[in-house]
Amino acid sequence: MASKAVLQVSNVLKTFGGLKALNNLNLTIEEGTVHAIIGPNGAGKSTLLNVCIGQLTPDTGSVEFDGQNITGKSPHQISQQGISRVFQTPQIFEDLNIFQNVMIPALAQADGEFTFNPFKGLDQRKDVEQEALRIIDEMNLTSQMYDRAGAMSRGNKRRLELAMCLVQKPKLLLLDEPTAGMARADTNQTIEILKKIKASGMTKVIIEHDMNVVFSLADRVSVLAQGTIIAEGTPQEMRESELVKEAYLGGATI
Amino acid sequence: MAIFSAVVLSMPIWMSPFGAAYPDILQKFVIFGVFAIGYNILFGLTGYLSFGHAAFLGVGSYTAVWSFKLLSMNIIPAILLSVLMSGIFAVAMGYIALRRSGIYFSILTLAFAQMCYNLAYSVLTPITNGETGLQLAKSDPRIIDRLFSEAGEGLPSTTLFGIETSGYSGFYISAVIMILAFYVSLKIFNSSFGLKLKAIKSNQNRMRYLGFNTKPYLLTAFVISGMYAGLAGGLLAATDPLAGAERMQWTASGEVILMTILGGVGTLFGPLLGVIIIKYFENIFSAVNQVDLHSFYALLPDWLEDIMVAVSSMFVGEGWHLTLGLLFMFVVAFLPKGVLQGVEIGYKKISSYFSKSPTKSTKKADTGANHGE
Repeated sequence: MASKAVLQVSNVLKTFGGLKALNNLNLTIEEGTVHAIIGPNGAGKSTLLNVCIGQLTPDTGSVEFDGQNITGKSPHQISQQGISRVFQTPQIFEDLNIFQNVMIPALAQADGEFTFNPFKGLDQRKDVEQEALRIIDEMNLTSQMYDRAGAMSRGNKRRLELAMCLVQKPKLLLLDEPTAGMARADTNQTIEILKKIKASGMTKVIIEHDMNVVFSLADRVSVLAQGTIIAEGTPQEMRESELVKEAYLGGATI
Repeated sequence: MAIFSAVVLSMPIWMSPFGAAYPDILQKFVIFGVFAIGYNILFGLTGYLSFGHAAFLGVGSYTAVWSFKLLSMNIIPAILLSVLMSGIFAVAMGYIALRRSGIYFSILTLAFAQMCYNLAYSVLTPITNGETGLQLAKSDPRIIDRLFSEAGEGLPSTTLFGIETSGYSGFYISAVIMILAFYVSLKIFNSSFGLKLKAIKSNQNRMRYLGFNTKPYLLTAFVISGMYAGLAGGLLAATDPLAGAERMQWTASGEVILMTILGGVGTLFGPLLGVIIIKYFENIFSAVNQVDLHSFYALLPDWLEDIMVAVSSMFVGEGWHLTLGLLFMFVVAFLPKGVLQGVEIGYKKISSYFSKSPTKSTKKADTGANHGE
């Protein structure tokens, strides 16, 4: 199944003060795979995602997406190229309702990064609306469609954010702990949804602590510790690796 | 929309019981209505609190008066030019101020407006005529008018193709423009563009990660609201061809913020309601004097009448600011969405109270709607 690389992170160094959050990190994500990144707290997992979406610029090294260098591009440009991200704490429009929350990313696809059309009513955007309604239905949020997003449970907020990312049909979806802080039932539901979209062939990067989630979804696993990838392989290989156990339990020293 | 237009145009009738049915104050209601509607497009939709919108009001007024002096006494070119000119100023100011958000944005806009104000008093005196204010003169060229007719005796007055733009006709012209301005803002509120602005207010970072370049959106909203302010400034000059720098002072920017918050920020009718309340206080309440109070309390026994007059006089006349301040504090503390929220709550209570007798409830609903407009 090895095909072309969608995301290529090469020799990325990112320091905060004296701390090397990412230390000459190399990572290749292949098209159509679900790639899990695991590692202890503070290993640099979220920093890695922040570099990928343009929130942070690496000190040295480069990030290539879909054959193009995206190092130093702004978040909206990278998003328009096809990377979407689900955040660790849900980043949604708390003051708007669920329907509007999903409409906005759908409009981002239709309108691009800026369109001036202040007199085109929302009711004239039926095509965009249909797409949004389809995703809302897929995520089982239809019954709450006109509720304020900020008033929802954490599990629902996460599902809403996932819906917002999926409506953009990204080439690469980054998920930062999609099941953290969820009840068991919610976690299972999320796994089901992720399995369903796995079948669609969308490339995904998942950061996750819950090994059940990792083993039921991932094709590849990379282990991150102290800003570098210390091991990479199939979920089975990683489960048996001594190095990984050490990184999690003993504080790896390489 | 039809109801709204009818309510605005019939203001001279239903305002008369409140003692506010004279053209001067009616003009102020609708002109500052335009100002507040425009301000609400920026502050209500994007949440960016500008302290500099009075600058655009001033720019609009100066431009309009210069148009009267140089081109024509017709208000059409004056208003178009004042909208254009304030739009140019808004691009310049927005381009710089929108590099920051929150309090820094507010400070930058405040600084810009105060700069305009001080320049109008000092260096730019040849353009603004400093403290005296820019006025019409007999010797003005008025190029376009000269093509059609000779200069008449005395100062000409502002017109719309022959219709005088002061007094009641001035009110109706301004009211029609205000209704159009309101219609445009309604369109913006209901468009996908408006939804994006609301989303920027809610979570600007998320907008960026979804692929929107938020800068041009904010700048567009800023320029649109600046042009609304320019339009209001142009109308002020059209109804009274005189422009002074005090229109640009930061207190004038503060006033429009008060109006928007008092009425209900982010709502369609709220800012208009705020304008009516504040302009009413400014013009009517401030004119109430001791004699009026004595006649108001005339039915009470003398000793009580004196006490009531003494207490009330603190709140009227010169003391109208105190009443307004108390009202503002009350609204911000208890009705965070403004007076409009209060009207809604009251309307709901009344309609549920009268739900058994439908005739009465519709009657109450009518008056409620009137206040809402």
